[in-house]
Amino acid sequence: MAPHEIRRPFKRRPISDQQKRRELSLLRQSQHRSDAQQRARNLASSVISLQSSSPDVDPEILFEAVPELDEGTESESSSFDVRQASRLRGPEARKWFARQLMLPEWMIDVPDNLSRDWYVLARPAGKRCFVVSSDGTTVSRVRNGSILHHFPSALPGGARKKGASGPANSYSILDCIFHESDQTYYVIDMVCWRGYSLYECTAEFRFFWLQSKLAETGACDPPSFYHKFRFSAVPFFNCDQSGLHSAYTGSLPYVKDGLLFYNKHAHYHTGNTPLVLIWKDESCSQYVIDTDNNGEVPDQQHIVLELQEEGKLVTSDDPPVPFSCLNADFVKQSGLLSGSLIRFAIGDGGLNCVDGRFEKADLQYIGVSNRARAFADSYSKIMFQYMARHSPLKVEDLASTISHENQQDKTPEVEMSD
Amino acid sequence: MSMEVTQLLINAQSIDGTVRKHAEESLKQFQEQNLAGFLLSLAGELANDEKPVDSRKLAGLVLKNALDAKEQHRKYELVQRWLALDMSTKSQIRAFLLKTLSSPVPDVRSTASQVIAKVAGIELPQKQWPELIVSLLSNIHQLPAHVKQATLETLGYLCEEVSPDVVEQEHVNKILTAVVQGMNAAEGNNDVRLAATRALYMALGFAQANFNNDMERDYIMRVVCEATLSPEVKIRQAAFECLVSIASTYYEKLAHYIQDIFNITAKAVREDDESVALQAIEFWSSICDEEIDILEEYGGEFAGDSDVPCFYFTKQALPGLVPLLLETLLKQEEDQDLDEGAWNIAMAGGTCLGLVAKAVGDDIVPHVMPFIEEKISKPDWREREAATYAFGSILEGPSADRLMAIVNAALTFMLNALTNDPSNHVKDTTAWTLGRIFEFLHGSTIETPIITQANCQQIITVLIQTMKDAPNVAEKACGALYFLAQGYEDIGPNSPLTPYFQEIIQSLLSVAHREDATESRLRTAAYEALNEVVRCSTDETSTMVLQLVPVIMLELHNTLEGEKLSMDEREKQNELQGLLCGCLQVIIQKLGSEPTKYMFMQSADQMMGLFLRVFGCRSATAHEEAMLAIGALAYAAGPDFAKYMPEFYKYLEMGLQNFEEYQVCAVTVGVVGDICRALEDKVLPYCDGIMTQLLKDLSSNQLHRSVKPPIFSCFGDIALAIGEDFEKYLRYSMPMLQSAAELSAHSSGADDEMTEYTNSLRNGILEAYSGIFQGFKNSPKTQLLIPFAPHILQFLDSIYMEKDMDEVVMKTAIGVLGDLADTLGSHVGGLIQQSVSSKEFLNECLSSDDHTIKEAAEWAKHAITRAISV
Repeated sequence: MAPHEIRRPFKRRPISDQQKRRELSLLRQSQHRSDAQQRARNLASSVISLQSSSPDVDPEILFEAVPELDEGTESESSSFDVRQASRLRGPEARKWFARQLMLPEWMIDVPDNLSRDWYVLARPAGKRCFVVSSDGTTVSRVRNGSILHHFPSALPGGARKKGASGPANSYSILDCIFHESDQTYYVIDMVCWRGYSLYECTAEFRFFWLQSKLAETGACDPPSFYHKFRFSAVPFFNCDQSGLHSAYTGSLPYVKDGLLFYNKHAHYHTGNTPLVLIWKDESCSQYVIDTDNNGEVPDQQHIVLELQEEGKLVTSDDPPVPFSCLNADFVKQSGLLSGSLIRFAIGDGGLNCVDGRFEKADLQYIGVSNRARAFADSYSKIMFQYMARHSPLKVEDLASTISHENQQDKTPEVEMSD
Repeated sequence: MSMEVTQLLINAQSIDGTVRKHAEESLKQFQEQNLAGFLLSLAGELANDEKPVDSRKLAGLVLKNALDAKEQHRKYELVQRWLALDMSTKSQIRAFLLKTLSSPVPDVRSTASQVIAKVAGIELPQKQWPELIVSLLSNIHQLPAHVKQATLETLGYLCEEVSPDVVEQEHVNKILTAVVQGMNAAEGNNDVRLAATRALYMALGFAQANFNNDMERDYIMRVVCEATLSPEVKIRQAAFECLVSIASTYYEKLAHYIQDIFNITAKAVREDDESVALQAIEFWSSICDEEIDILEEYGGEFAGDSDVPCFYFTKQALPGLVPLLLETLLKQEEDQDLDEGAWNIAMAGGTCLGLVAKAVGDDIVPHVMPFIEEKISKPDWREREAATYAFGSILEGPSADRLMAIVNAALTFMLNALTNDPSNHVKDTTAWTLGRIFEFLHGSTIETPIITQANCQQIITVLIQTMKDAPNVAEKACGALYFLAQGYEDIGPNSPLTPYFQEIIQSLLSVAHREDATESRLRTAAYEALNEVVRCSTDETSTMVLQLVPVIMLELHNTLEGEKLSMDEREKQNELQGLLCGCLQVIIQKLGSEPTKYMFMQSADQMMGLFLRVFGCRSATAHEEAMLAIGALAYAAGPDFAKYMPEFYKYLEMGLQNFEEYQVCAVTVGVVGDICRALEDKVLPYCDGIMTQLLKDLSSNQLHRSVKPPIFSCFGDIALAIGEDFEKYLRYSMPMLQSAAELSAHSSGADDEMTEYTNSLRNGILEAYSGIFQGFKNSPKTQLLIPFAPHILQFLDSIYMEKDMDEVVMKTAIGVLGDLADTLGSHVGGLIQQSVSSKEFLNECLSSDDHTIKEAAEWAKHAITRAISV
């Protein structure tokens, strides 16, 4: 039996730098893992807070369901904002962002008080996207939530450049359309600016803020090392005769794809809203009638509906509009899951409306819609497309509505000045 | 047959390589074809006094190796094979072994002792060979003495091999009686006394009950203390080894004996042979270790909360102990700082002094200061060095308040000595002492800083100058710089080091390039200091760190260009690659985020290319470092890392297959997590391969168990990244998770180490569940997870009931409950309501002091409320 080793470390650090690196790595990894999980959990909390602000859920009932929540938690779940969402990754991020855009309804009849309460602007042709600048980088995400570009920009917090972008925590979110041919992001709405949320602001204020703030940052300058894409604010007009005329016929640096109408008093509402409308005709858009995958207009109108339990087929509206029903055996046979998006053609029977409300449709099953799609079609889209094929709403109709409103408006003024 | 074995065993030791190789192969063949016959021949050979000593010794050794191995899985195999042998073979072998203990040849007896202990280690836990201990004990009363000696040695090895709980107390008592009697001065034979003393060292772990009995304990202690006075140096040394072991095993029983032990140890330290004196010092070092641990557990607040009370032996011994240790400091060896393996009484004494300072704190200062003041300026280098070493040793333990004035006064002196002292030894210790000053008395927690605007420049200049000194001194200077930088870790935006940053970096690089940099681990120290300087740097100097990138990359590039190198050169080359990869890893973490990321990432392609080439060299350390660096790079690059995957993937797979160098495997598993978070759904194409490897790793009994929990966590990372696409792995991963969960649900009765492992395993499993639930959230495939919910809830309930989870598991577990509720919602509302976890466990977490647990619990509550309200 040999004597036992009793040598102790002499003039040595107890742990080597390599061990330290190893431990720091493990620490970093476990921190990132727990951040990732925290993000996933926060995401769910944010979904709750969004639901609570939608009209069909009474916020008080929701609050009663979780009465013990103390202030800390409450503020935590509500403080989950797009900045935190900008750190979401992967499918979580896609799901979240897919629900963040304000989506216009299609104009199937002309709203009242167009000239007083609405703006009009020419929609640039291109991909609608959400642009988030934060933590020194800028990310654009298209409507289904997937990333379009990841780039440095002159937006607040949009590049890792010292000085110019203001405080480290500043971030901004813009509602844009990316216009391919001149590689420009055309900004149609401003959702957050330098950490300040504009969700609860009227369109009137948001548009004013957009026009005055965007240029200050240099975001409208030509591309450079720290600014990969140019931004440009889309001009907007009061929806009177001249405004409508300018938007419809005016010469703009981009290819137009229809007109957008914004109600001046409306807040930024995520999802479909009747307070923003889109309208198109052949002279202001190449794509009035939907094309198929080959870019051709199919003989029959195609629509995409979501399959729900018991074979119900609904639109993407909130609440969903039921359109038809699939036979249960058929669903089983074709292995369709509830939640699937399914493509149909509208047959010769067309759509039947009674008193302006949809009654029934002649649908022909085509197949499951392609994966990139996040939503079914909305009711207004289906109706607009149907009208475009049969009896479109014309620009003249819009103009005549406005001029009619103007006459009504002018009459009392004349009387008063008299 | 037996004749053949003799010749084979002799041939196996032949100097002729061909003969040897042939014999080894024949032995191996014999073992494979007829294990029972093979082992029996070996035992017969060992027992046969007519055979040559050399063949008998080797027979014993081969037999021993057929019973035990270092690697766990191999050991397990050997044990199973032994247990499967037929009873008659086993009894014949046992009989041969016991017979050998009577052999007149000492080496043969000793070999047999070890083999018997190995067999006992296998059989006693199985309740086999019950007569072994009785028959050994009967030997004790036999003459001649050499049988007694061999038997005591066997008992010693047996106690080392076998766990105390498989030996009956009655037998334990008899073993201890035999051993202690053998140690007694009345035993006339020194060989017997030495064997008995060494056997007691092994048997101390069996003596729990006997140490609780005052009379028995007194007897054992008296015999041990007497043995420290034996005229035979080996017996004295062995007796002190027993005292060292008693110091840590039976600390709380020592109050009665400590005065006597002090006297014995003091005499040994001053007068005895160095081998004995070292053990005597070690006794006090062990007492300090115990008291430091106890006082740490006290934590200052809850005095008396520890299982074992502190008896303050060190504090009471201070007046005698400190002078004793200070004397040893003057017994330095000339070149001890140049010899990596040196260990002498001066080194042991200084180390013990440092432990005393940690154990008693402020109280040590007045006992040491007069020695320092008297000797620090003496003409004899030994006195100056001893004084400096004493000073350096007491810097950890006493409060900053107590030391500050002394250190401030000494600083100028130290800097001066570092520049002007003619002795290499003094400079070495001075530089080391400066490092200790910076380690313990410099940093954001210290109220009055040691390093000020007035002296910062001088300190850095002197350290940089010292880095040009002899390698051992320069190494200590690098160490001092390491701690100097570390003290500014959380300094904020402006670091006092900024004006010197460039110069420091330059100097460290020059040191690393010195021709003699491989001596005294100087090069390692230089890169470690460089790493710390970079880690603790601020944004002010980020451009300079950026400039370092191409420099380190070029160095790494150069190591890869090396042509034909000798083994030794290659080894040094690999070590350097490891250091450079480590350095790049630190730089990546520094520059990979705001505001330097864009500039830094321009080097990423090239850097990745270099890392991939490092994988081409065969060196575990370099692989591990390169892998860690790649993990950091993946995090910095985010989704852009995808472009490296096609080339990197095969090395990732290689890393996951590296069972032998399990650190490489562990690090690679961590990097898979980094990559999942960086690539998200883009990792999907690689997941089939990665999952296959991870599942293989989990099923392997060769892989070190510490790697398994992180593999489970990694499942979670993958699921979170690829979402519902994880579907195809569910049928493989879920059963693995489920059976691991069942294993880890109960750990009762296990020791601390096992409980810790069980908790890390639980944490891994729970992180996997969290990742999977979160990955499937809002997917139409969520329903696939519903069948697993009952088991997972049951798992949560059972680990809650077990009451032995740590905070980390608690947080993860309650999080899983929330994730389950959130993802599966109303489908599992009823199940959740039935679980204990959703009530008691949840409430316990909600009222936790740990805010991260509370936060996770609130989230879980939120999710549950929704799941059951729908």
